[in-house]
Amino acid sequence: MTLLASINWGQGIADAIQLGALYGLVAVGIGLVFGVLRLVNFAYGELITCGAYVLAYTYGWPRAASIVACLASVVALALAQELVAFRPLRRSGATPATMLVATFAVSFLLQAIYLLAFGSRGRAVSTLGTLNGAFTISGVDIRWIALVTVVTGILLLLGTAALLERTSAGLHIRAAAVDFRTARILGVRGNRVILLSFVVSGLLAGAVSVLYTVSNPFVAPDMGVQITIFALVGVVVGGLDRLWSAALGGFVVGLVYGLFSDVLTSTSSSYLPSVVYGLVILVLVLRPGGLFGSWRSQQVERV
Amino acid sequence: MRRWLELAGPVVLVVLTAAIASGLGSARKSEFENALIMVGIVVALYVFVGNSGVISFGHVSFVAAGAYLAGLVTLDPDTKNFTMPDLFGPLKHAQLGLVSSLALAAAVGAVYALVVGLPLMRLSGLPAGIATFAVLGITYNVLSYWSKIGPGVQTTTGVPEATVWEILVGVLIAIVAAYAYQRSRYGRMLRATREDPAAARASGISVYRQRLLSFALSGALAGLAGGLYVHELGLLTPDLFYLDLTFVTLAMLVFGGVGSLWGAVVGALAISALNSFLGDAENTVDVGFRLTLPNGTRLVTVGAVMALVLILKPSGLTGGRELGRWRRR
Repeated sequence: MTLLASINWGQGIADAIQLGALYGLVAVGIGLVFGVLRLVNFAYGELITCGAYVLAYTYGWPRAASIVACLASVVALALAQELVAFRPLRRSGATPATMLVATFAVSFLLQAIYLLAFGSRGRAVSTLGTLNGAFTISGVDIRWIALVTVVTGILLLLGTAALLERTSAGLHIRAAAVDFRTARILGVRGNRVILLSFVVSGLLAGAVSVLYTVSNPFVAPDMGVQITIFALVGVVVGGLDRLWSAALGGFVVGLVYGLFSDVLTSTSSSYLPSVVYGLVILVLVLRPGGLFGSWRSQQVERV
Repeated sequence: MRRWLELAGPVVLVVLTAAIASGLGSARKSEFENALIMVGIVVALYVFVGNSGVISFGHVSFVAAGAYLAGLVTLDPDTKNFTMPDLFGPLKHAQLGLVSSLALAAAVGAVYALVVGLPLMRLSGLPAGIATFAVLGITYNVLSYWSKIGPGVQTTTGVPEATVWEILVGVLIAIVAAYAYQRSRYGRMLRATREDPAAARASGISVYRQRLLSFALSGALAGLAGGLYVHELGLLTPDLFYLDLTFVTLAMLVFGGVGSLWGAVVGALAISALNSFLGDAENTVDVGFRLTLPNGTRLVTVGAVMALVLILKPSGLTGGRELGRWRRR
């Protein structure tokens, strides 16, 4: 078996689970806004990049302050995306295709700004570098960050679920996700719900910045692109109609990617993206509603 | 008269661009040639996206396929033997002329689009967008690593370059084909599915078949544009055919107006012009006063202008109407 590299299985699986948890979080962030607005935000990854830059530039601050600054600026950027770009677009009655291209444009613009402001060479981020240390359970080395990521991920998902299920604001978000117009007629404040969902998805993006930069301690202008693409793949593969299926989809894509990149040797892992994309096409063609989506056929096209 | 303008407008515009280019020095000229090729790619994209209303992030794959094939078959076999020893036999030994390489490029674009479209044209909306994106990801990944079909991550130079008139002819072919298609019964049927899929189905139109036809034609034109692109640049490398080109061409189309051929041509030329002006301004340009912009402003401004136009006029500069149809609602 020359295809398989000799690896430490326990650690490989732990790393893959960590990657899965990260992509699950990103998928929820994207899915939350999608649920309310029916808008896929291609510029979501740039939020994560922004957070990573803030971490890099606040190195030397107390850690907690640095993390708070990161979360705050990511939420501010998420709100700015909505207020400056997406809301005016909705007002002017853009078609969904135009909206999609607009999020592409915002992503491109933010990357260009990062490039102009911070240069192309990238910067090291080492806020929580100590978490890269490992502990040992029955002979298996597991890095602390894997544990921290999984626990934080679960807590954040539970928190988001509690917000959606237990609070009236969450009820409004869910109502808007089911039928935006009817929800507005029934007294849900549309713009406030949208802003709230951007805040929550911004917080999730900030958390991802903090966790992601521990094992990838380097930020460059295009860091967010790859993350967005893979999370988006996960969201669509999992099924966009519910948050938990999106989260599961993100988790599965991260897990599969993590496992394969550990198991395969470097030559055969060159084609790993192709394998993942190929699986995506397969899933989409066979089950356009997603792996974990509802079994009923896709929505009937309305006249 | 109006009908005549629909074709004449785009044709006059690209002929003018080529005419201006032919009188310029080489650095300037290549910017104009580049603009012409962008017109070719955006028109190809328009044939599918504009007429079907389905977004495709995968068209740059067909551009890449055309570019690679056209580039490889025109390179000198001795050079190929030396720089790309792993190349497939026929690719390695072939040395064709410009026209036949472009015909091959269009053919490979069409075949690739047809093969991809067979399963994918059943999708619409977001799944279609993601699936076409996945095609782009696979194309980029394979072109970067498979040494039997190209130079891999390295850059190959020495592809024979075409003159601006040759490029013009290629772009004109794309425009005429797009025009002929949108006026044909197939084009009309596809536009009907865009406006109202249920009504179109009820009138006996197969959405799948019409989309597939348009996708294949659009793939052929994209392959042709890719062939022209490689003959303009003279070099091949996978990074040319990935996210940047996808984004820029889609933005050009939306900027001009997705719904019309006129919009596709205007959008491509307008963004190209803006792009080259700002590129100059980064190295100081004289606009009444001497203007020098810091490096990187170009990308920021292009992005900002595109976002701004989208926000202020989401149907694009032309409002998705053909030339001569301003007042018809």
